[in-house]
Amino acid sequence: MVPLNYYLVLSGILFAIGTAGVFLRRNLITMLLSIEIMLNAVNLTFVAVGRYWGTVDGQIITFFVMTVAAAEAAVGLALVISLFRHRETLSPDAFTALKW
Amino acid sequence: MSFNPQIAAQLGLIFVIFNMLVLSAAFMVWMERKVCAYIQDRVGPNRVGFEGALQPFADVIKLMFKEQLRPKAADALLFGIAPVISACAAFAAFSVIPFGTETTLFGLLDQPIPLQVTDVNVAVLVVFAIASMGVYGIVIAGWASNSKYSLLGALRSSAQMISYELSYGLALAAVIMLAGSMSLREIVLNQSGAWWGFIPKWYIFLQPIGFLVYMTAGVAETNRAPFDFPEAEQELVAGYHTEYSSMSFALFFLAEYVNMVTVAAVATSLYLGGWLGPILPDWLAWIWFLVKVFLILFFYVWMRWTLPRYRYDQLMEFGWKWLLPVAVLNLLATAALVLWMG
Amino acid sequence: MDVSVISFYIFALVAVLASIGVVGQRSPMYSVMLLITSFGALAGLYILLDAPFSAVTQIIIYAGAIMVLFLFVVMLLNASREEPAFGLAATLGPRGLKIGAVLSVLIGIEIVWALSHVGLSWFSQDAAAASVSSVAVIGNTLFTRHAFAFEATSILILVAMVGAVVLARKEH
Repeated sequence: MVPLNYYLVLSGILFAIGTAGVFLRRNLITMLLSIEIMLNAVNLTFVAVGRYWGTVDGQIITFFVMTVAAAEAAVGLALVISLFRHRETLSPDAFTALKW
Repeated sequence: MSFNPQIAAQLGLIFVIFNMLVLSAAFMVWMERKVCAYIQDRVGPNRVGFEGALQPFADVIKLMFKEQLRPKAADALLFGIAPVISACAAFAAFSVIPFGTETTLFGLLDQPIPLQVTDVNVAVLVVFAIASMGVYGIVIAGWASNSKYSLLGALRSSAQMISYELSYGLALAAVIMLAGSMSLREIVLNQSGAWWGFIPKWYIFLQPIGFLVYMTAGVAETNRAPFDFPEAEQELVAGYHTEYSSMSFALFFLAEYVNMVTVAAVATSLYLGGWLGPILPDWLAWIWFLVKVFLILFFYVWMRWTLPRYRYDQLMEFGWKWLLPVAVLNLLATAALVLWMG
Repeated sequence: MDVSVISFYIFALVAVLASIGVVGQRSPMYSVMLLITSFGALAGLYILLDAPFSAVTQIIIYAGAIMVLFLFVVMLLNASREEPAFGLAATLGPRGLKIGAVLSVLIGIEIVWALSHVGLSWFSQDAAAASVSSVAVIGNTLFTRHAFAFEATSILILVAMVGAVVLARKEH
């Protein structure tokens, strides 16, 4: 049997990779993909801890997280499309007009 | 590692099912050409073997000897991996479909093994999940070919497939509600018995609209018959597999036919009672399964050569504005029926 | 060595390598493909955790729908251009990026250290957990105890659908 620690550590690693992706990448789509990695890491934690406590609530919360991730991906990509129509680029550095 | 007859039987079963699928794809090629020919008032292949039965093997040999082309600007890795994804998804979806009762291979085994690769208690969802992975083969093929016909065909095809997946899933959900379980084996076993002695308790009688929704969505999912605009020969050259030749094309072809077989097999298990049938004994019940799958496949081929093709916007409109509401209403009616019957 | 332990290591390795590939890959198309692989590995982990419904839902929703959406956008925007500014020298140039990178590595180290020192070890009994995670139980709990969240989520999806259509429309 795999101890719970292993799942939590794996989830932590995945979350850190996702965070690094959001910070380091200069491409809107890849930043959205990194956010999806972070959400998946959280899902893994929920399912693992739910299994640890023998309850089904962990899986139910992942159900909601997946739904929210789908909604956020849809709206995020729609925003990316309309941004792309303005500036023909996917780099977030092109949209810095409001910076002081 | 000592010789374990259980594991050997399981591996043998996987081998048999895999070969059965490949042979059924070959058989489908032959059947399609013969049925098409007779519908069009001609004879079809009749040179190679009896009534052209070896024609598919001749086709495969020809395809193997063709040159494997790749456009220079195509993305090599994705171009090569796309037909593999299609074929893998097509074969993997068949792994949870039961086609017979448990057998002990005439007493050779200690424990009976069910005639399927594996029995999962969310089997229906597994089929659905793997079918939705099959979209990727098409999308990647279209994009990696770096050609406008391929890209257009791939975009249309994948948009069509994900639109009809909704109705597909809703038809599945209605059957799951009736059966109370998601395991395909249990759904089939729930259909045993008969009303008044001769009408079998198949779900097609309880869910006629659901069956029609499922078959329509299944035909659209496999890009066949009246819904094959994305690979229409007259409009788009050959859609997403324009740039493929030789064995890669053969893999796409194989994937398409195996997908058809999977849709037919799932329809048989869900609506037509799987391997249940009157006369044959239990250990021969898989013959009934094959007969029912063959009937649905024949219906598939018949539809292709009889009906004209839907235009793309008609196709999408039909999927969203007609089929999806009908599937939802069917689900509601089934829920009401299940509640009423207690 | 237990089969489940070996499977855990294999799935975990695939998930981590695929995620590193997503972040480090130049072409968005390959990033999307690698992310799908990562989702598949996570689905395998869910099956190891006796959550087959979560695993299948992960494949259907994440790998089968959301990633297709990403793929469409990548294909239609032709986002296959490589970024000229990606490279170790360029990323460590601007101060914000440097601090961000250091912070995320620190988060990673801290989380991993903290979680590996937690006193939890073994899982609860298998039989109880396996019967708990059947789909009927999930449906029951979802529609009774969490009914409000469920309804709120459906409104959320409706709003997101309308919003996506409005945002992506061409201006006249």
